[in-house]
Parts: sequence; C-alpha cells; structure tokens
Amino acid sequence: MIRLVLRDVRLAVRAGGGFGLGLAFFLIVTVLVPFGVGPEGAVLTRIAPGILWVGALLACLLSLDRMFALDWEDGSLDLLATAPVPLEGVVAAKALAHWLTTGLPLVVAAPLFGLLLNLSGPGYVWLVVSLALGTPALSVIGAFGAALTVGLKRGGLLLSLLVLPLYVPTLIFGAEAVRRGAEGLSVETPLLMLAGITAGTLAVLPFAAAAALRVNLR
Amino acid sequence: MELRVRDLACARGGVPVLEGVSFTLSSGEALVLRGPNGSGKTTLLRTLAGLQPPLAGEVSMPAEALAYGAHADGLKATLTVEENLSFWAGVYGTRDIATALAAFDLEDLRERAAQNLSAGQKRRLGLARLLVTGRPVWALDEPTVSLDTASVALFADAVRAHLKKGGAAIIATHIDLGLDARVLDIGGFRAKQREAGAFDEAFL
Repeated sequence: MIRLVLRDVRLAVRAGGGFGLGLAFFLIVTVLVPFGVGPEGAVLTRIAPGILWVGALLACLLSLDRMFALDWEDGSLDLLATAPVPLEGVVAAKALAHWLTTGLPLVVAAPLFGLLLNLSGPGYVWLVVSLALGTPALSVIGAFGAALTVGLKRGGLLLSLLVLPLYVPTLIFGAEAVRRGAEGLSVETPLLMLAGITAGTLAVLPFAAAAALRVNLR
Repeated sequence: MELRVRDLACARGGVPVLEGVSFTLSSGEALVLRGPNGSGKTTLLRTLAGLQPPLAGEVSMPAEALAYGAHADGLKATLTVEENLSFWAGVYGTRDIATALAAFDLEDLRERAAQNLSAGQKRRLGLARLLVTGRPVWALDEPTVSLDTASVALFADAVRAHLKKGGAAIIATHIDLGLDARVLDIGGFRAKQREAGAFDEAFL
C-alpha cells in the first residue's frame, strides 16, 4: 500500500500529473476575490474564513475525477483488484496520495493566501489547524465519489454533484472554526466536529468506496 | 496446485454468455481458450480472476494463486520500465525484476518512460509483470496482440519455463504458440437465452 501511495505521488509530480493544479486554483480564487469584492479591508477580513475554505474545497474537488479514472483507463485498476492488496487498502492509499498532493500543499500555503484576504491575526493558526483536520475528509469523501463514478464517460460532473453535499458539513465547521479563531472566540466545538467528521469518513468510506469499485469493475 | 472449474456460468453486461464450462488444470499444464469474438473468453478469464462473480457453478483453486493479464497492460506512461515493474513487484511482495526484464528482453529499455515504448514493447512489459507476481496460475487475455514473431517466441519460452517450474497457464489466443497445450473451444458453451433478471440485479 505504501508502494501505491509512493507511485501515485510520483505520478502526480511528474509531467502532466496534476500536482499544483489545486494550489493554482486556490491562488486564483484568493487573488480574484479581492478584485471582485473591492479593496475594503474590513469586508475582506469578514469574508476571508469562508472564501479560504470554499477555495480549498473547490481546489480539492478539481483533481478528484483523476483518482480512479486514470487507473481504470489503463487497466491498472483491474490488476490492482486482483493483486494481494485489499481494495479497501487501495482506496485508502489513493485517498492518502490525493491528500498528500492536494490537501497538504493547501494546508501549507493557506497562511499566504490568508494574507491576500486580510485574515485577522489569530485566524492564521486556526486556518492551518482546521484545514489540516478537514482536508483528509475531503480526500476520502472524494475517493468515495470517484469510486462511484469510475468508468463513466465524463463522470466528473456527476462526481461533483455527488460529492458537494457531502462536503457541506466539513465546510461549515471548518469555516466556522477559522471565523471564531479570527475573532478570538473559542474554537473547540467546530474543531471537534471537524475532527469527528474526518475520523468518521476515514473509518467508513474506504469500505463503501471499495464496494462501489467492485460493482463498477464487473 | 489445481484449478478446478465446474459448471461455470458467467454473464457480461447482465447478459449470460457462457454456461456449463468445466475443466481442470493442474501444475505444469497449459490450457488454450479458443472461440470466435464475443464468445466469452474475456468474461471467463475475468470470472476466474474474481473480478466478477459467476452466475452459477464454482471455481476452486488455492487462495491468491492467479495472476491476471488483461487486454490493457496497466502501465503508467510517465514511469520508466523499471519503475513500472518494481511497483508491481512491490505490490506482490517480490523483489527480483531482473529476471523478468531479461525474459522479455527489456534490459536496454530500463530507463525509458513507458509512454515512449512501442506497442509491442509495452505488451512485453505488461507480460513481464506476470513474472514478478510470483503466482502459479497465469490467466492471459490475448497476450500476443501487437507482438512480433521473435517476441511471441520469448513469450512462449516464458510460459514453458513457468510450466516447468510447476506453474499453470490459461491463455485466450488465436495464434499457435507452439506450446504443448490442451485446447478448449468455448464456442460450445454458449449460454441459452434466459429470462432477464431483475433490473437491479447488477447491484446485488
């Protein structure tokens, strides 16, 4: 399984692998919003937590449809399914690789983007913490959606529609944690909820995704 | 090691294509599947590989004995020959890729990215994967597509060596590999039309 993670990360950083796609998208969102909303610092400070989280979420969404589709097209998904690796493990490894190449760079780069949106001082820490807690859930939920739509031509649209509602709780609690953190309030409740969602999806969705893959491979 | 198939029936896309397929395959034997296009060779192999459940009948063999070689080679275009092969070696928990590279004459291409290989070279890399799986039963779907005669001979040698080591192979092919193999014509097992199952059958 570690091999699979390493392979996927390696594929992502090679030419045409899509590494940086999410990051670039995140950058575009955070650069464009101040132009659209206007340069008024107070307004930006107010909307920064929400925009940052929405941007991170959409950036994650962008690379989801490649997760299983590429392996499906070149036949390696069939071969992985017959290999001595449980399909649940394959899903977990692919979700982890997706997080390492999409979620983690977002977490690391987020403070910089927070600066562009005039996020207030104490918010930076909670932005990083909430993204670190929340983005794994985005990758795992995305893996489930990708497993459901694998093999469909142009499954990306369906994938987005399936996955977006499942992303809503993570978005709400993630943005709420940053907002409270930025205003100096207690962030305990939204962070706990966020961690709970992540832990729950990590525990359940690899099995659901593997079941979906088995049906789709028939 | 023995692969025993009894009264197997399988479907493709919800339509039954084969029924009553029975054969046994023991160590050192090769079985060649023949049959016209659409007769269900791929479906049979996928069922044996466990990618789809049989409609009826049973397949018995030791756990984790089968290595499946599909139409597609499962190669990653941006990885080199060596990286592709060592990935699969790692997945199957084996280390030695040198033998596999040598068997399919891929040593000079080691550092070449898979996207820069010719169709035949890709196929040879796909077949080399079988050697690194270390599994006794090979189930191969049209393994010689896009191979030239020299490469077909390499492949036949690899199969022969595999059989000699106590392995077995079941190969769907149309050309004569020069193997001492039994031939199973699956044209004779075509499934009769039966009433369609419930609409949600594919999901249950």
